[in-house]
Amino acid sequence: MDPSGTVIRFDEVGFAYPVAGGGQGPEVLRGMSLALEDGSFTWLVGPSGAGKTSALRLMHAALRPSRGAVEVLGVATARAARGALPVLRRKIGVVHQDLRLLPHLSTFDNVALPLRLARRSEARVAQEVTEMLTWIGLEHRAAARPEELSGGEQQRAAIARAVVCRPALLLADEPTGNVDAAQARRLLALFAEMNRLGTTIVIATHSEDLVGRFPAPMMRLERGRILGHEA
Amino acid sequence: MTRPSTAYSGTRRDPLGLRRAMSDRLLQALIAAMALLACLTFAAARGVEALGERWRQGAEAAVTIQVPDPTRTRIALALGVLATLPEVAEANPVDPDRLAELLRPWLGEQPNLALPGVIEVRLRNLDADVALIGDRVAEAVPGAVTEAHGLWVGRLAALAAAVRGVAYAALVLVGLIAVAVVAVATRAALSARQDSVAVLHQLGATDAEIAGRFARRAAALALGGGVVGVVVAVPAFFLLARLAQPFGAEAISEGLAALPWASLPWADIALVPLVAGAIGWLTAQAVVRVWLVRLP
Repeated sequence: MDPSGTVIRFDEVGFAYPVAGGGQGPEVLRGMSLALEDGSFTWLVGPSGAGKTSALRLMHAALRPSRGAVEVLGVATARAARGALPVLRRKIGVVHQDLRLLPHLSTFDNVALPLRLARRSEARVAQEVTEMLTWIGLEHRAAARPEELSGGEQQRAAIARAVVCRPALLLADEPTGNVDAAQARRLLALFAEMNRLGTTIVIATHSEDLVGRFPAPMMRLERGRILGHEA
Repeated sequence: MTRPSTAYSGTRRDPLGLRRAMSDRLLQALIAAMALLACLTFAAARGVEALGERWRQGAEAAVTIQVPDPTRTRIALALGVLATLPEVAEANPVDPDRLAELLRPWLGEQPNLALPGVIEVRLRNLDADVALIGDRVAEAVPGAVTEAHGLWVGRLAALAAAVRGVAYAALVLVGLIAVAVVAVATRAALSARQDSVAVLHQLGATDAEIAGRFARRAAALALGGGVVGVVVAVPAFFLLARLAQPFGAEAISEGLAALPWASLPWADIALVPLVAGAIGWLTAQAVVRVWLVRLP
């Protein structure tokens, strides 16, 4: 994190996906500049195709910008050495839109992945994963594989995996898309609690309804540009 | 707080599910076949090496001096000259009875021919000038004839060295095939688990951690295959030795005890599984690390 307390800084960022045969396609993010403070909670809203997922992937250092500068938790990802990025990624929790649970692992082992990558002891892994599964109401599904879970259960498991390491930054892409209203409220309460404890949170959604349930600063994206930043 | 059952924690050492993605049957069988070939090649190279050495020694000894009218004085005179020559390592007169025995098939029991005395000479090296030796002996012992039979034996020894070189080249080829086999298996496992690898990468796993998981799996399979190959090689040696028995009279009479167990390159053979494991580890590391470069 930089001394000013900014966790994420985009400076005139442009991004275009590579295309088959070499070269780059059209820019999906254009001239994007933003600064998110430590401990902030930000909604990233906009219609499908606005560039929310690409922006989150840049924040996660899963992509590097085509132009401009991105700084996340003090690391300039555009020019950072490849070996420096895993350390950064371990400080970031991510809930992907497509969840990305490993199909051959149980719910317990999926949630335990970040802890094991961080080389926590198995006793601590067992304790923290069990606590997390209990919190999201999946303690009875610990042994189930993702294919045995409902869509909502899979989403909760993905969220549990993202937050189990108590990341400094949590990025979530449509995290409540598959859960019912009660579960969505419960998950938002989890995010709010994490934010209260100091985690910086960015949630991308196209649901104005969800944003309305938890008022917080909102950044509106459309066609790869930030149209507005509402407090 | 209740601890979760360990029944579903067994994958902690294998989060990529490589036990299923990197099948132990085909890779291990192929590595076992490579290891068997390597063992047989080692044995063949050692056998040819020993044969070449025997031929080389034979070539060194393949100088004979025939002394007509082989009185004790003339033989002693010839031996005396030979003893002064630095090229000569050893010179021994052939026992007349042994000579008669050797010639009996051609000359019968009581030959009427006067047999010459024969001196076997072992040279210090094959490059020694045999004609010069012959001249020196003939000066002292008139009528003495020197014959060198080492040329063809020297060529056979050179042939043996070439065959040994080919054997080592075959060994390198076997190693390269093993590398290719492991590389293909690793690529297949990567294809099967590319989404899981991407997830681990995004969760902050380093290239070394991801490549290490593949490398450990590949090394374990290759090591196992190597052990199987060596175990299979032992009866193969026995079988080949049995097939070769007609070419060794003593082997027929002495059976298993006469097989050349002691002369097999056991130290090299024992290294085969370790080398197979190392090939598995290094190849998987290289393949996975090259693949991971495509991820940011």
